Amino acid sequence: MTWLGLMPFVIFVTLFLVLPTMHIVIGAFQDRSGAFTLQNLRDLNTGTIPSSYWISVKISVASAALGCLIGFGMAAAVVFGAVPRWVKSPLMTFSGVASNFAGVPLAFAFLATFGPVGLVTVFLRNNFGIVLSRDLGFNILSFWGLTVTYLFFQIPLMILIITPALEGLRREWREAAEVLGASTAQYWRMVALPILFPSLLGTFALLFANAFGAVATAIALTGSALNIVPIQLFAQIRGDVLGNPNLGYAMAFGMIVITAIANVLYIWLRIRAERWLK
Amino acid sequence: MSLYARLTGWIVLLFGLGYFFIPLLGLTEFSLKARRGVYSLDAYAKIIGDTEFQATFSYSVVMALVTIAFGILIVVPTAFWVRLKMPWARPYVEFLTLLPLVIPAIVIVFGYIRLYNTSSWLPLTGTVTGTNLLLAFGYTVLALPYMYRAVDTGLRTIDVATLTEAAQSLGAGWATILTRVILPNVLPAVLSGAFLTFAIVIGEFTLAALLDRPAFGPYLQRIGANKPYEPFALSVIAFAITWACMGLIQLVTRFSKHMKAES
Repeated sequence: MTWLGLMPFVIFVTLFLVLPTMHIVIGAFQDRSGAFTLQNLRDLNTGTIPSSYWISVKISVASAALGCLIGFGMAAAVVFGAVPRWVKSPLMTFSGVASNFAGVPLAFAFLATFGPVGLVTVFLRNNFGIVLSRDLGFNILSFWGLTVTYLFFQIPLMILIITPALEGLRREWREAAEVLGASTAQYWRMVALPILFPSLLGTFALLFANAFGAVATAIALTGSALNIVPIQLFAQIRGDVLGNPNLGYAMAFGMIVITAIANVLYIWLRIRAERWLK
Repeated sequence: MSLYARLTGWIVLLFGLGYFFIPLLGLTEFSLKARRGVYSLDAYAKIIGDTEFQATFSYSVVMALVTIAFGILIVVPTAFWVRLKMPWARPYVEFLTLLPLVIPAIVIVFGYIRLYNTSSWLPLTGTVTGTNLLLAFGYTVLALPYMYRAVDTGLRTIDVATLTEAAQSLGAGWATILTRVILPNVLPAVLSGAFLTFAIVIGEFTLAALLDRPAFGPYLQRIGANKPYEPFALSVIAFAITWACMGLIQLVTRFSKHMKAES
């Protein structure tokens, strides 16, 4: 009877996580009368839906790639001693907070900074005569605007995950490479990066999923100006803008599939990475 | 370490730090500009006096507290039971608790709306209390990954089996063991999970907006569209709350380490 102790948890998770998700997944494969169909998935290729998936993927890839790059640079600067050691502890604490900070307030922070009358916008205009929207083609309510905003939680997430991996690189490996006559570039290209590669790619996948599912920041920042998947799904749930509830299910199903692939990739690569980094 | 590498390190770090702090600076500065020409707290005064702010904010605070209570009620007994009696089930339970990180919140709430609508077998969205309850359950699901990990890590540091047997031999039942032996021992972990839950729930937007509840997140988004300075003041407040919660987590963790070192 020991399994009885697990029942409250199992019932709760079934009712409020598994069943609702299953309902969406099954609905994606049904027509309005409840019969099995693949038409909803085919209909994903109509109207504005493909373009919204495409722009969502592009924003997620861009913010994940830049997040990986900048986060890696910052973590490397701290781990390899380019900057004093005491920087690490506050940086990690800060990253823990900032990586959780997606949402409506984040959107306002970036509006106040890079918006039409934001701090940086006004500063550049008054001191250097640079108008962001005119000279650099930058608009906060756009692809790059959203990417730049997402980076605020992407970079810290990268720092949190990659720092332990960088610390797992043993001094002996570098020394062994040097004894064999390797230059720094060769050490990185042939030893360190291949070892780090699963960690890097895995974190990229996680960051991708993280950006793909973000709803609140996008809605608060752009309203409905930018046609990304979460915004379109939000509108569909509110008022059935697609005119077909089952097509809405298919859209949600598409989101699950994409974030699930990214997460499975992350877990798989993490297991691979742990072979070396113990 | 060569000068070149050192320099690159500093440049990258300073760029990153600028990235984090300039938006916070921009936000704070903008929120103080409600009066022309000088910095003032006008926007803050206005927003704190707004009855809708008071209503939505207290709604979200109550929601957060209810969510924390649900979370503790579900997670602590489960994690305890899995450690004590069913270690083989741990990977499965852990997998289930991590699912909310894989399934986007918007999809989960979409499922709620369709599964628990007025014509379903459990018409939770039919009444106000029912919808509130559904929202609290939804928040509990969102907080599950963080809560479970925190509590499970806390349980790892204590000898669950010995403590349980000792309590049982003194005649304690399961409820007593959980509330008077296990919970006090993992309190720092539970508190970390609770503060994180609080930070997540207080500004949450998607669930509250789609279930149409008067919470702080949707209110913030709504006034963002039609008020000039108040939403920025509100965002500063939301940031401050998040930071306070995270600071409290640090404090609790340090305090518990200190206690362990002394005992």
